Amino acid sequence: MLRKTYENIDSIGRAIITIEAKDVHNKELAEVIYPNGKKAFAQVIALNGNKVTLQLFGGGFGVSTNCKVRFLGHPVQVGFSDDMLGRVYAGNGTPIDGGPELTSDMTRVAGPSINPVKRLIPKNMIRTGVPMIDVFNTLVRSQKIPIFARAGEPYNRLLANVATQTDADVIIIGGVGLKYDEYHYFKERIEEAGSKSKTIMFIHTHRDSIVEGLMVPDLALAVGERFALQGKNVFVLLSDMTQWSDYLRQVANAQDQIPANQGYPGDLYSQLASRYEKAADIEGSGSLTILGVTTMDDVTHPVPDNTGYITEGQFFMKDGYLELFGSLSRLKQQVNDKTRDDHRGIMNAMARLLSEAEERVKAQKFGSVKDDYSLRLLDYRKTFQRELMDPFRYLELEDALDLCWDILSNHFKKEEAGLASDLVEKYWPEKGKFKILKAEYA
Amino acid sequence: MENAKGKVVSVNESLVGVENTKGSVMNGEVAYIIIEGGKRLKSEVIDVKPGKLVYLQVFEDTSWMRVGDEVEFTGLPLSVKLGPGILGTVTDGLQNPLYELAKEEWFLERGMVVDSLDIETKWYFTPKVKKGDKVTGSSVLGTVPEKLFTHKIFVPFSLQGEYTVDTIADEGEYTIADTIATVKDEAGKSIELTMAFDWPVKQPMPFHQRSVPTETLPTGMRILDALFPIAYGGTACSPGPFGAGKTVLQHSIAKHSRADVVIIAACGERAGEAVEVFKDFPELIDPRTGKSLMDRTYIVGNTSSMPVAAREASVYMATAVGEYYRKQGLDVLILADSTSRWAQALRETSGRKEEIPGPEAFPMYISTLISAFYDRAGVELLPDGTKSSLSIIGTVSPAGGNFDEPVTQATLLSTGAFLGLSRELSDARKYPAIDRIDSSSKYPSLITADEVQFLKEILREGKTIASNLLLMGERGITNEAYINYQKSELLDAVFLQQNSFHPIDGVTNPDRLRMMFDMIKHIIDTPVHIDTKDDIRSHFNFLRQAFLDWNYLKLDDPKFEDQKAKIINLVKQKTHAKENV
Ligand SMILES: Nc1ncnc2c1ncn2[C@@H]1O[C@H](COP(=O)(O)OP(=O)(O)O)[C@@H](O)[C@H]1O
Ligand SMILES: [Mg+2]
Repeated sequence: MLRKTYENIDSIGRAIITIEAKDVHNKELAEVIYPNGKKAFAQVIALNGNKVTLQLFGGGFGVSTNCKVRFLGHPVQVGFSDDMLGRVYAGNGTPIDGGPELTSDMTRVAGPSINPVKRLIPKNMIRTGVPMIDVFNTLVRSQKIPIFARAGEPYNRLLANVATQTDADVIIIGGVGLKYDEYHYFKERIEEAGSKSKTIMFIHTHRDSIVEGLMVPDLALAVGERFALQGKNVFVLLSDMTQWSDYLRQVANAQDQIPANQGYPGDLYSQLASRYEKAADIEGSGSLTILGVTTMDDVTHPVPDNTGYITEGQFFMKDGYLELFGSLSRLKQQVNDKTRDDHRGIMNAMARLLSEAEERVKAQKFGSVKDDYSLRLLDYRKTFQRELMDPFRYLELEDALDLCWDILSNHFKKEEAGLASDLVEKYWPEKGKFKILKAEYA
Repeated sequence: MENAKGKVVSVNESLVGVENTKGSVMNGEVAYIIIEGGKRLKSEVIDVKPGKLVYLQVFEDTSWMRVGDEVEFTGLPLSVKLGPGILGTVTDGLQNPLYELAKEEWFLERGMVVDSLDIETKWYFTPKVKKGDKVTGSSVLGTVPEKLFTHKIFVPFSLQGEYTVDTIADEGEYTIADTIATVKDEAGKSIELTMAFDWPVKQPMPFHQRSVPTETLPTGMRILDALFPIAYGGTACSPGPFGAGKTVLQHSIAKHSRADVVIIAACGERAGEAVEVFKDFPELIDPRTGKSLMDRTYIVGNTSSMPVAAREASVYMATAVGEYYRKQGLDVLILADSTSRWAQALRETSGRKEEIPGPEAFPMYISTLISAFYDRAGVELLPDGTKSSLSIIGTVSPAGGNFDEPVTQATLLSTGAFLGLSRELSDARKYPAIDRIDSSSKYPSLITADEVQFLKEILREGKTIASNLLLMGERGITNEAYINYQKSELLDAVFLQQNSFHPIDGVTNPDRLRMMFDMIKHIIDTPVHIDTKDDIRSHFNFLRQAFLDWNYLKLDDPKFEDQKAKIINLVKQKTHAKENV
């Protein structure tokens, strides 16, 4: 069908234009054609009589009133095929690795959510080899969980590690607002790990328009969902969703939406949720796990705050360590009763003692920590950090659990651990006989 | 009268402007927008403006809608279908059964049409009226057994005035589509009745006679039942930052509370959490009935990635169903997680309508809506003398975990119990992380008022000593104070803390609660004579250990009494330490 071209652009704003047009569909994709013949995508976001509002994928800069707009008669789509494995695409879906464009097997983007009855209760632990994850905040297949961290922490390294060291069938990297070196880093890690042939990258860097950045999670998740429906276990990595939320804020402000908190639109929660909720373990099919990054300085900031209400926990990274407090895996209880009989008990005991130790850290400021028990707590805290909190120390879960017993027995008496008596009988190491902890630390 | 018609003139996400081309339009009525030549998108009139302009909020995704698309108004407000067959089901916020939808599509595609209640199930009907009897709205025509209950079949509540029964079905099996009675109004006009009828969800069902909540609703959670109780017909809210334990608390109450019917309104939260409930509950046996937990449960879910405009509907849907089962003479409990998501949905729509925003951009009328919602809870005295109730417990998800925001504040004013969840406690893994000092309830507890005071006193004193400890260290306080501190810590650790995921510790019935309370009171009341702080701490460590081991034993475990004796022994050992020396 021949598509009509419209020439009467009414107004141009930041990433937004309005134009008079007829028979246009809400959310329809369009092409903006520049006087020099160059083309850029745009999407209908509102209709009012003949007035059509479009969001410009390329941003508003350089768009002029003598540009033309052609409506394409279909919504935003993305290709989907096995040929995409190993390839790199931009936020508008076009390849940036020099390879051929995909035009067949198009699939819808940002489709409806899966019927909850088609979801399985997530029950499969993903062994990462990271003690802070496996022991304390176990990762579960189909979980959606971000890393909360200041910008610059080694979160991308942890994402890449977890994706490549586990048994994912397909890895999809959604890079939003990546610095060039971060993009390069992902590429290198994936190649080094020999995972390139099962990885697809959708990359938006700072030089691309923010609307393309906004598209990245949708493209990554749409493709990921299709692989999952084919029975694959898919990992989608999204870094960094704080950038993404900032783009959302910019676009909302450009549309004069009334902001809710700190300029963010009132639907930030729903917008984030409709992406993260794509994570699912699908009945009779595969799964989609989302590992994200949410850069932040303060958890009460609207982006980490809304994210925390949506995701199934978060890994809190600080000064290169994975912290216990502030981290949470909401799905851990689905799996940590089937690992080893001491898993839950030791996890709780270690956490309780560490929280007691944190109290002593506060008290130290008042110089009031002098008694033996408090000093032991403080020692324990040091050991805990050194032995367990390094996100790049690799330990099998069973070894990590043994290490926990070593640490407990090194610093505490049996009754101080607050563990069920039968577990203490079974696992408490003989004095000084450690399984994992090096004797030099005793 | 023919229904009104219209045409779409504007589309802005879920807010659609419509030109009313024919007939008259009522605020709150349901309309369908016909897109792509046949898909019917359900929506609701939320504003009628000058110039025949009507605003609809659409309960589905508005992609691919066009200016000029046809709109059909129904003349009817958003309603729920009430009748046998609700219990044990899972629906979306518009009462579409999810298992039925899944037979057609894996994804929640737009415009799918399924029956709200199963029309093929046969129910065994026993009539309670005969030809010639006078009836009014809410008279009982007969009964059918539904799961655990005898379900009364009512004359629809909306019928006004007096009617005469003309025909009534014989005892036997019928579906909800079959006519089971015809009644005549005073003018002789005949009306056919089935076992189900519609009720507008936003309209509170009138109480026959309202009474006040006075009786504790046992939840199986010690900190609630002892310190911050819920009552039959009462209301409670649990605000808290993410991860503090709102949902685990709700699920635990859904499993263990002594209500007849539990309705879970999963509003704008994770789909996975609703899945956990409706896939687990059918397998769990309710020890009080010997039947599946699902038999007493109805789940209505508009989870966070479903269309936002339907969140509001889901909350009201749950409430209307709750009121209906209260009319059945049952004790109903609604668990709404999270009311903040409903408020946020209102905020989104209000923003699109360009209404003047209140604090944090919530609409000004948010507090009125919240208090009207909780007011639908209550104790009802029915015509046959039965006392029934509807209780509501809502979670609140305040931005940044800060309770000083409009939704939390409005909710606090509207509810009878406040269970404030604290990040500090959840970080320390002291679950349930309900603030021991700041929370409150105006309802009666399972222990006596004096005993409640006693516990609160211990906790307050413990907190004071804890801050002294922080400032001055163990050496800076007396042994006596240190002992009192350890007692309050013990109370917290073995009585208030409760692991919801432990099969035994996760639920405490009222008898066991009494036993545990008596034990902890015995420990606290018994003087301790120990000379050094190290020994005091060690003594309480042993006590805690013994008490926790006791908590993890079943009541009928042969070791139960031994363990109890062990605790008592430990207590005794240190009472007379001084004399022994
Ligand atoms: N009573 C409890 N016992 C044990 N663990 C709990 C309890 N309450 C909460 N938790 C832990 O905290 C996590 C978050 O709880 P959740 O109720 O989902 O928080 P919220 O709904 O407030 O965000 C749970 O996944 C669980 O690991
Ligand atoms: Mg929750």
